[in-house]
Amino acid sequence: MNKLPLIFVGIFLTFTSAWIGLVAYPTLNLANVEPIPDEETGGVLPPTTSGMAIAGQKVYASAGCMYCHSQQVRWAPLSTDIAKGLGTRQTVARDYIREKVAFLGTMRTGPDLSNIGVRQTDANWHHLHLFEPRTVTEWSIMPSYRYLYKTQKISGQPSNDAIQGLRGPHAPKPGYEVVPSVDAKALVAYMLSLKKNYKLPESPEPTAK
Amino acid sequence: MNSPSLLSTINPATEPDKLDSVERAEIDASTRGPVLLFFGTAIFWLLMGSLLGLISAWKITNPGLFDSISWLTFGRLRPAHLNLVAYGWAVPAAIGVGLWLTARLCRVPLLHAKLLISSAIVWNLGILVGLSGILIGDGRSIEWLEFPAYATPILFIAYACISVWTIIMFRFRKSGHIYVSQWYLFAAFLWFPWLYATANILLVWQPVQGPAQGAINWWYAHNVLGLWFTPIGLAAAYYFIPKVIGRPIHSYYLSILGFWSLALFYSWNGMHHLIGGPFPAWMVSASVVASVMMFIPVITTAINHHMTMKGHFEALNWSPTLRFIVFGAVSYTVVSLQGTFMAIPALNSITHFTDYTIGHAHLGLYAFFTMIMFGSMYYIVPRLVGGEWPCANLIRWHFWLSAVGIILMVGALTLGGLLQGLALYDVASTFRSSIEFATPFRVLRGISGFILMGGQLVFAYLFVQMLLKPGSQKKSPAHFDKSDNSSNDSVAI
Repeated sequence: MNKLPLIFVGIFLTFTSAWIGLVAYPTLNLANVEPIPDEETGGVLPPTTSGMAIAGQKVYASAGCMYCHSQQVRWAPLSTDIAKGLGTRQTVARDYIREKVAFLGTMRTGPDLSNIGVRQTDANWHHLHLFEPRTVTEWSIMPSYRYLYKTQKISGQPSNDAIQGLRGPHAPKPGYEVVPSVDAKALVAYMLSLKKNYKLPESPEPTAK
Repeated sequence: MNSPSLLSTINPATEPDKLDSVERAEIDASTRGPVLLFFGTAIFWLLMGSLLGLISAWKITNPGLFDSISWLTFGRLRPAHLNLVAYGWAVPAAIGVGLWLTARLCRVPLLHAKLLISSAIVWNLGILVGLSGILIGDGRSIEWLEFPAYATPILFIAYACISVWTIIMFRFRKSGHIYVSQWYLFAAFLWFPWLYATANILLVWQPVQGPAQGAINWWYAHNVLGLWFTPIGLAAAYYFIPKVIGRPIHSYYLSILGFWSLALFYSWNGMHHLIGGPFPAWMVSASVVASVMMFIPVITTAINHHMTMKGHFEALNWSPTLRFIVFGAVSYTVVSLQGTFMAIPALNSITHFTDYTIGHAHLGLYAFFTMIMFGSMYYIVPRLVGGEWPCANLIRWHFWLSAVGIILMVGALTLGGLLQGLALYDVASTFRSSIEFATPFRVLRGISGFILMGGQLVFAYLFVQMLLKPGSQKKSPAHFDKSDNSSNDSVAI
């Protein structure tokens, strides 16, 4: 192996083979996935998301939620994701076309969030959870995201946005209230939008045995 | 030696007749500025990055820690830690070792030192910008590519200079054989900018639609390890092991097999991070197959290194370089075989999404790569500053703190991750139990972080001593025990 040009050709070709398979192929075939018409409602699947939810994706990235939460339901029998209730069907490419960044994730330090909007439908629950996770789940190890909230003095009418149900040491002082920032509201809108409970032909729900 | 024997084509230790010690000293001296600059900044970021890692580790068991400070939230500290140790420490350390090896093996004094020094400054500027970006909340949340779009072009430009420089050096090399380390260096210096540019164009600058991103992300993230850190680490091992013990690499043919099988199979590995994910089955299958095929380069390299060392293990008693590098080379075998097993779907269904993967990553980047970089620096730095390491005992401390720390860390994360994974897999288990099983092991991991940082502080102290008081040190190399002249190279440590 004393011919540099020959070594160059070799390292070029080996690298290119994988580049074609794992980069060019998905760029050509998985980056132009279209929504499909929803015959029941006349809309599209996956459903469009609100501007707030799209803004929430940025907050999700900025706070690094992805480092502990995955967003993918894997197929059985390779995994027990469906049996454990993470979703009713496997997630497929089309599920991610609304995402600026597909937060598939590689860790489940916290639970999978593919269907968090199905499991927890109450915005106030999400605010409570983000402000102080241990108010809703005693054993949670999630950090609290207090920097997304503001504690302010109630002047006149209490704010409609104020978090309800903060108890014990986490409750604001009397006469004060905790209100979410725009970022917090966007993040919760994104959480509520995470629902993979629509039907896609390429991902049938497994039938119970 | 009547023919230009195979031996002479593969063994850097048989060079003296071609390259006398004066020429060699000249080449070493020509690399001083850029290499020391890359090493110095690398060590600085290693300490910073480890500190952030340590805080992240403690936050995961004490979630209330610093909870009102946005830039200290776990989801920013963790990527900040990864990017600092990967791009702040590991890349510059690899470049420094790579520059020095390239000059020595091309047998020409280093050209264009000013270009390299500028590149080092620009690179570190890019790191600073990227780190600030993550901490203020501009992180991309794409693993290994968190630096915001305004930081990565800076890094790319800095790196592109290094690649161009490599090509120039190879063109000016003295004619003759191309040693195995050079194959790895040449390949790595060309692969990395290609990887980095592709990933940044498709994921950071003009992101492609969501469904395609995961594949490109993990193609990149796995190949940074496989086609950049690994070849540099192996280039160093292939150079220093024969150099320190003074005998040639065992087999030229195994070297060839190891190199080409690594180039072919490693590049296809990435999708094993997405088993069960929303991708065509053939992509994942291809990666699983490639991961299993990694047996070939790994076993080949392991045999080649082991057979080279055979009969010379006593050198581990006195040579710090060799001790760190052999620790790294053995870890390479272990981490690669572990990686192969983790890619097998049945096992992956337990270990995926758990701390087990974090343990695997540290086994690769610390026990293998970082230890090899430490070992290389112990050899290179005295030749650049013209003085010996001040204290063998401190080097010993550095080695044992690193070795014990990383074994404890990987052990804790592996066991904790397995229990966590079993709880996540078992339909009858609750999510809560996956956390409770992992918690004691996460505390252990936090402790191991302290031990590792202790070793790094010792090393940083030694390095600063070398910079401040070169030449005023001991006259003989800092061997662990009295050298019995078993080395051919009078100043090999």
